[in-house]
Amino acid sequence: MTTTNTVTAPADRRVSKAPVSDGPPRRSRFKPGAGRQHHAGPFAYFALVIVGIGSLFPLYWTLVAASRTQDEILDTTPPLIPGGNLFHNLEAAWEQANLGKAIVNTVIVSSSITLATLFFCTLAGYAFAKMRFRGRGALMTMVIATLTIPPQLSVVPLFMMMSDIGWGGQLESVIFPTLVSAFGVFFMRQYLLEALPYELIEAGRVDGANNLRIVWSIVLPVARPAMMVLGMLTFVQAWNDFFWPYLALNQQNPTLQVALGQLSAAYVPDQSIVMAGALISTLPLLVVFVIFGKQIVGGIMSGAVKG
Amino acid sequence: MATTTPTRDAHGRRPDRRAPKPMTPGRQAWRSRLWRFDDKASPYAYIAPFFLVFGAFGLYPLVYTGWIALHKVEMTGLDQMEWVGWENFSTILQDSEFWTAVTNTFVIGVISTVPQLMVALGLAHLLNYKLRASTFWRTVILTPYATSVASAALVFALVFRADGGLLNWVLGFFGFGETNWVNGHWTSNIAIAIIVIWRWTGYNTLIYLAAMQAVPSDLYEAASLDGASRWQQFRNVTIPALRPTILFTIVISTIGSMQLFGEPLLLEGGTNGAQGGTEHQYETLSIYLYNYGWNLGHLGTAAAVAWAMLVLLLLIAAINWLIGRLARKTAA
Repeated sequence: MTTTNTVTAPADRRVSKAPVSDGPPRRSRFKPGAGRQHHAGPFAYFALVIVGIGSLFPLYWTLVAASRTQDEILDTTPPLIPGGNLFHNLEAAWEQANLGKAIVNTVIVSSSITLATLFFCTLAGYAFAKMRFRGRGALMTMVIATLTIPPQLSVVPLFMMMSDIGWGGQLESVIFPTLVSAFGVFFMRQYLLEALPYELIEAGRVDGANNLRIVWSIVLPVARPAMMVLGMLTFVQAWNDFFWPYLALNQQNPTLQVALGQLSAAYVPDQSIVMAGALISTLPLLVVFVIFGKQIVGGIMSGAVKG
Repeated sequence: MATTTPTRDAHGRRPDRRAPKPMTPGRQAWRSRLWRFDDKASPYAYIAPFFLVFGAFGLYPLVYTGWIALHKVEMTGLDQMEWVGWENFSTILQDSEFWTAVTNTFVIGVISTVPQLMVALGLAHLLNYKLRASTFWRTVILTPYATSVASAALVFALVFRADGGLLNWVLGFFGFGETNWVNGHWTSNIAIAIIVIWRWTGYNTLIYLAAMQAVPSDLYEAASLDGASRWQQFRNVTIPALRPTILFTIVISTIGSMQLFGEPLLLEGGTNGAQGGTEHQYETLSIYLYNYGWNLGHLGTAAAVAWAMLVLLLLIAAINWLIGRLARKTAA
């Protein structure tokens, strides 16, 4: 399975310097760090291929089902390649589930949550990472502790509050509760702790910059890579959020996930049309994933190590 | 950072490029007070949004839930609250459906978390080898994470269908394939667990992988000098080093399983999902809460369910903590 007896020692622990090619020169065992790692044997690749197929097949089959008719999908021998019914199904889903409105709503909700989260979390993360103030440790602990509270515990009053202030069924009711996230604050703090040297802030102070100015001219540029990652993670999460939107919104004014849920849950549905809806709601994120997958992977991992 | 204010004062008369004219003493004092206020207040201003949002939409509703749980509140008249004392709690505690939901939530939680984290650990170990196209593999196993709960549940609904389902079709080659997955208690719970496992294994794998890459190499060197085999190294070096991470993922998965909602709601399609199946065979606590509050319209009872969930969560946290302590003791 391996070519070497040396011990696993990934001194090279930054995520994937060499994403695709692992050409012969890099293989040199004398390269500091990286060479001490075991090479993967055929078994490892075999296992990864199996897992990879398991990960991707349901998505592929979403496409298959979305391009067939209900009868074909439910046939005793299910189809394994796409058929020719995709556009018909997309059109039907579009009409039945109010998808046009749902897409616009989802884009509004996800982008406003993402922008607000980036702004507030970077500010808070900077304060927790680099500013001294009374109660910093305790407050940070509180932020992390809020991660353990499931939203289920507060939805009933939340629903009553929202209808009370006239946001019942409105997008505001799903945007405002998620304007800033504990995970985001923690994530930005961890990044800025390492990435932002005190000297840089001091230099700004010597130049007579006030705190806001320092945030704008020094913190934001340094934080930009982490903000990119946090932005994508937040966007994915906001796009996919289901529980609270499903309770707060209705069929007249849904997000994609809500529309999808109602398409399936309300009556006995045509499966191929439901799958067309699922395809529409998943596709944009898959595109994001194909383009930025590497950054998202790196972001999750860097958030984890220091956690 | 402790010296920021002195720094500031020292530069109160800073050699400013554009303002050579001396400031009057009064103005200087005012400016330095302004600076100090800026330093004192800014951090609090920066973290305030989080606490305001959490206070308004997290903490306040959480506490208020307890108050609502003592009232009768109907979906039809949200502003009318009628005091009923502990009635809501006794209603749910005497409801066998509630206990079914507790059992299901617990069962699904265990059969999704345990295999998921073990597979993730193994996968992380594989990904920690020197691989061709390592980023490709990492992205592939993370892809399900980008799929929404709704889309995932809907595809798997077709996989687990009794007639014409993919899984039964595959099992048919081995002489099985007659299982009505969503009707059985265990089979429907397994089906939901599989959806959860599919969506979250990749995410947990990456977290473990990151933790593995942070294990200091001298530990492995020492172990191999002592003649430890690969498996022994994995067991005696990697696992102990990952213990905090493993604990973290267990906590996160536990909280996650308390929240299972979309998977059971959409498992069958149609209206059965809102009560967790015809016989509540896959009803989770979140579904139970939703059914009471939004389907039947009894929000007071739904609030009582929420607090029951809180109590369960605290119990689980206590058990987690005990197990963690025990594990540490046996390790020591």
